[in-house]
Amino acid sequence: MSTIINNLGILWSGFAMTLALVAVSSVAALVLGTILATFRVSPVPILRTASTTYVEVIRNIPSTVIFFFALFALPQVDLQLDFFAAAVTALSVYYAAFFCEAVRSGINAVAVGQLEAARAVGMTFGMSLRLIVLPQAWRSVIPPLINVFIALVKTSAIASAFGVAEMLNVMERLINTDATAVLPILFTTAVLYLAITLTAGLAAGRLERKVAVSR
Amino acid sequence: MTAAIYDVAGPRTRRRITYGTVAGALLLAGIAAVAISRLAANGQLSPELWGVLARKDLQTLLFKGLGATLQVALTSLALSLVGGVLLAVGRLSHRPWVRGAARVWVEVFRGLPLLLLIFFVFLGPSAWGIHVPTFWALVISIAVFNSAVIGEILRSGILSLPKGQAEAGYAIGLTRGAAMRLILIPQGVRVVLPSLIAQIVTLLKETSLGFIIGYEELLRNGRIAVEYLGGKYAIPVYTGIALFYLVTNLILSWTARRIQKGKTNRSITAAAPASSEAAKNEVTVDA
Repeated sequence: MSTIINNLGILWSGFAMTLALVAVSSVAALVLGTILATFRVSPVPILRTASTTYVEVIRNIPSTVIFFFALFALPQVDLQLDFFAAAVTALSVYYAAFFCEAVRSGINAVAVGQLEAARAVGMTFGMSLRLIVLPQAWRSVIPPLINVFIALVKTSAIASAFGVAEMLNVMERLINTDATAVLPILFTTAVLYLAITLTAGLAAGRLERKVAVSR
Repeated sequence: MTAAIYDVAGPRTRRRITYGTVAGALLLAGIAAVAISRLAANGQLSPELWGVLARKDLQTLLFKGLGATLQVALTSLALSLVGGVLLAVGRLSHRPWVRGAARVWVEVFRGLPLLLLIFFVFLGPSAWGIHVPTFWALVISIAVFNSAVIGEILRSGILSLPKGQAEAGYAIGLTRGAAMRLILIPQGVRVVLPSLIAQIVTLLKETSLGFIIGYEELLRNGRIAVEYLGGKYAIPVYTGIALFYLVTNLILSWTARRIQKGKTNRSITAAAPASSEAAKNEVTVDA
């Protein structure tokens, strides 16, 4: 137990690093994912194909392989990123595909009548998407978006293997300095992760009931 | 419904689509040009570099890794299916303590990073001086994690069945367990089969975490190869590995889509009351 108390500061810095990693990459992935989702429903075939290909390829490759590309392949083409930037790149590229699918499912959940009405008053594709579909889609995508976010939090742990001093990395270092305290360290780390993921899960359940539109 | 966003294209829309196509093509061409010029400028396009993928010893190493990956995937899949069925049944039990225990299991293990679970199984027992082999550390942690996910998938499938199914079972004198085993689980599994296959894809991807604890699966063997050959072979080798995963998983995803399609076709051709029931199930699964 004393190992935990003596190292509260370093554990806290790992926790903060995890939060920073998650915050930056989830925003980047969400933006990229929304753009991809717009492409996926657009009337322009080439954009649809490009976005579908992106999602299918990325979703079927392990996130670890994406991390490998960000860390070991990019330097080969003269793009040396530091660990944090590489981890953010990998997480954003990977989760953009999942956010895209969540947003698309939300777009598909918007009642067809809404679109027909938008078209009837003469809105273009861009206008109906921006003014009618996306504002409604956001509501029904909030629970799946939070699920993707929870997955992102958990995947951010992989960054530890590549030297980002986030929570799991801090945990490993603590275990290396004090092998007798393995179990307390593991449990503390688990509790800290659960603090993020269970809170997000509860929030998802709440929001689902609150923003759910009766259709 | 995607098609409802835009009308059948008139002349003006067709013109817009043409502009969009040109702009999209330019954008993609731009991205490709930047990528290719970067690769070329760093000598990453030389045939000698990519020819490494044709080397017999590299292929042997990667296929050995693929074998190890599949071994972990299949063992942990079998365990997590068994665990998933037990958890689904447990969460639907009429005994509060069984329900509670299953719920805690699901919430805790779904909420933790898999990598942390791997460390738990790999390092935790060392507190009692027990050494867990990397294979089993990987299999046990993946199985524990996925049993929680698969349990929830199965539960949603069982819950989506019409109430009459269980009631009919009880009416002809089946016990709760027998009704679950003979009526609910077989149908529930069929309803959620596409989600289950999607989870198998995820499970297969998760085995790549084995490289962190030194289990010699596909990714680790690729890393070993790159370390041996030199860093400039990183892109060809990792692309090769990505293709391995991509092909395996696309086949799985494609199977899932075929099953999904077969199901929708059946529900359309079935008699009216049955099809409305099937349609309801479909919606529950998608949610």
